[in-house]
Amino acid sequence: MAVDPTAPSPGKPAALEPSFGLGEGAIEGQAGVGPYQLAMRRLRRNKTALAFGAMFVVIVVMCLCAPLYAKHVAHTTPSANHITDTVNVRGETKDVVSVSGIPIGPTFTGRFLLGADSNGRDVAVRLLYGGRNSLEIGFIATLISCFFATIISLTAGYFRGVVDGVLSRTMDLIWAYPVILLGIALGTALAVGGLDFGLFTVNGTSLWIPAIIIGVVYVPYMAKPLRGQVLGLREKEFVEAARSQGAGNLRIMFREILPNIASSVIVFIPLMIANAILLEAALSFLGAGVQPPNPSWGTMIGDGIRLIPSAMHLTLIPGGMLVLAVLGINVFGDGLRDALDPRAEVRIEH
Amino acid sequence: MARFLVRRLLAMVAVLFAISVLTFLIFQAIPNGDPAVRLGGRTSTPETREAIRKDWGFDKPIWQQYGITMGKIFNGTVISYSQQVNVEDEIARDLPATLSLAIGAGVIWLGFGILFGVISAVKAGKFTDTSLTVLSLVGVSTPVFLLGALMLWAFSYKVQIFPSGGYVPLTQDPWGWLTHLILPWFVLSVLFIGFYSRVLRSNILDTINEDYVRTARAKGLSERRILIHHVLRNSLIPVVSLWGLDFAAVIGGGAILTESVFNLQGVGQYAANSIQQLDVPPVLVITMFGAFFVVVLSAVVDIIYAVLDPRIRLSG
Repeated sequence: MAVDPTAPSPGKPAALEPSFGLGEGAIEGQAGVGPYQLAMRRLRRNKTALAFGAMFVVIVVMCLCAPLYAKHVAHTTPSANHITDTVNVRGETKDVVSVSGIPIGPTFTGRFLLGADSNGRDVAVRLLYGGRNSLEIGFIATLISCFFATIISLTAGYFRGVVDGVLSRTMDLIWAYPVILLGIALGTALAVGGLDFGLFTVNGTSLWIPAIIIGVVYVPYMAKPLRGQVLGLREKEFVEAARSQGAGNLRIMFREILPNIASSVIVFIPLMIANAILLEAALSFLGAGVQPPNPSWGTMIGDGIRLIPSAMHLTLIPGGMLVLAVLGINVFGDGLRDALDPRAEVRIEH
Repeated sequence: MARFLVRRLLAMVAVLFAISVLTFLIFQAIPNGDPAVRLGGRTSTPETREAIRKDWGFDKPIWQQYGITMGKIFNGTVISYSQQVNVEDEIARDLPATLSLAIGAGVIWLGFGILFGVISAVKAGKFTDTSLTVLSLVGVSTPVFLLGALMLWAFSYKVQIFPSGGYVPLTQDPWGWLTHLILPWFVLSVLFIGFYSRVLRSNILDTINEDYVRTARAKGLSERRILIHHVLRNSLIPVVSLWGLDFAAVIGGGAILTESVFNLQGVGQYAANSIQQLDVPPVLVITMFGAFFVVVLSAVVDIIYAVLDPRIRLSG
């Protein structure tokens, strides 16, 4: 195994990494470290970003464990009603939903740990299942946006001319539409009719509908800045060199240019997840996102707001969870951006 | 300048055309969206529905239907399907609430965005900067409707300082107008303050290392003068452009969530209700109206750019 003599020894890397501006890169550069390793080092030094990222991961893991919790601790399902049931709270027997229709608050025992909603459903169970749905939509929407934005920006930026004109004007069109209005319009239309791709159809209540809508709506916000980068990169010498070696368009686009915009795509990912979760919540709140009886943080908050002030826990619990998850991924994304590309200007509109 | 305006005007017409087609198609694609049912009511007989279809031209090819609807929009005679009232009158009625919300909130979010951004940049790395950054990230991560609901609960239920939603026209009762709008202004602003202060902070930190700033320091100018006349003047450009677009989006129905939570009866709420009733004409008019504002304000922003930075030419 070859040993790089200039590589910092694991024992004392700090001495080799003075924490000021350019010197850092220069010294680490001599050690033969790639840009992603450099970014990883910068990220590892950012304890705040890592802590918030860890918080997000904990929330994701908790939500993934939803079925276990529902089966073994709460002994119910996310959509099982318990309106007429009673629950034993430390020796006392209480109605799950009182005679006047007010649901029980947090009991802090196994059943109804975080209380019940007006249908007598276990809030803790719904919170975890709802989180699964919200996060799933966030991740799928992000994948869709990244995929299409990358393809579109590479095609438009590389071929320019008519192709670029058509693609860019289409992006402008979506851009000129307020995100939320387009989201509701598509959401309402598709929740009624579902989607038909020919080969397979998507039911109107499926989670794929909000995920696809959110993914599509955010494509231009990512494709526009990426296209600008591709336009600049295609004029660089390494592209010319590749072409002179006989590389085709596809090879240049995906093997030469794509790796150079990859760091920007990575910077976008956490921001996209955060915004997708927020947009899902907003659409569900307005009835154009996740359709009942599927739970999601947005639908839960929407249901809860209608019961303010008699049952505050129905708003505060899913609301708090959503803010924590989004804050976690946002702070982590901020750190990731600083680490990968300190001068990048990334913004996603609401 | 004239060439700039003409090109912008042409671009606007193109955007409005494309947006109207897109909106029209989205609603045409809905299987249960038959407007004759909406006009005649659920209990109407097939014969009346057929008559309505003939009357309104729903039996014609889709491009002709589009033409008819657009003609009505430009005549100001377009009627909504669900309530059969003049759409443009409805929007004119809802516009004061939306404008009041947008203007008040726009001033607040620009002002505080700049203030927090400057403080954050001047104190970069210090405790003030960190706490402002955390605060703005919390603001960016909180859904508007959640914040609105909690504010209503805290300030109009627990402590009854503000009314619990609704809108009072300025001309009718200026004090009532103000008290009804303070919470919505604040709630709508929080998200934008978070964004703007962070954008401005990074712009200022970029600008502060420029040579001309060092020159200004070497000339012995005061820090205050350098910050306001040399640094801010350049760092504000992207913020101004963001502001123009966001402001236009709010006027064009983008503040749906705030308007719904506080029941302001503005344009956004009208759009949301119409979409839920699959009522195409109001949605068409509102989205075109919104796009119109986006294009107009982005032209205004470009003109402001040219004033802030004389090196920028208006080439459109």
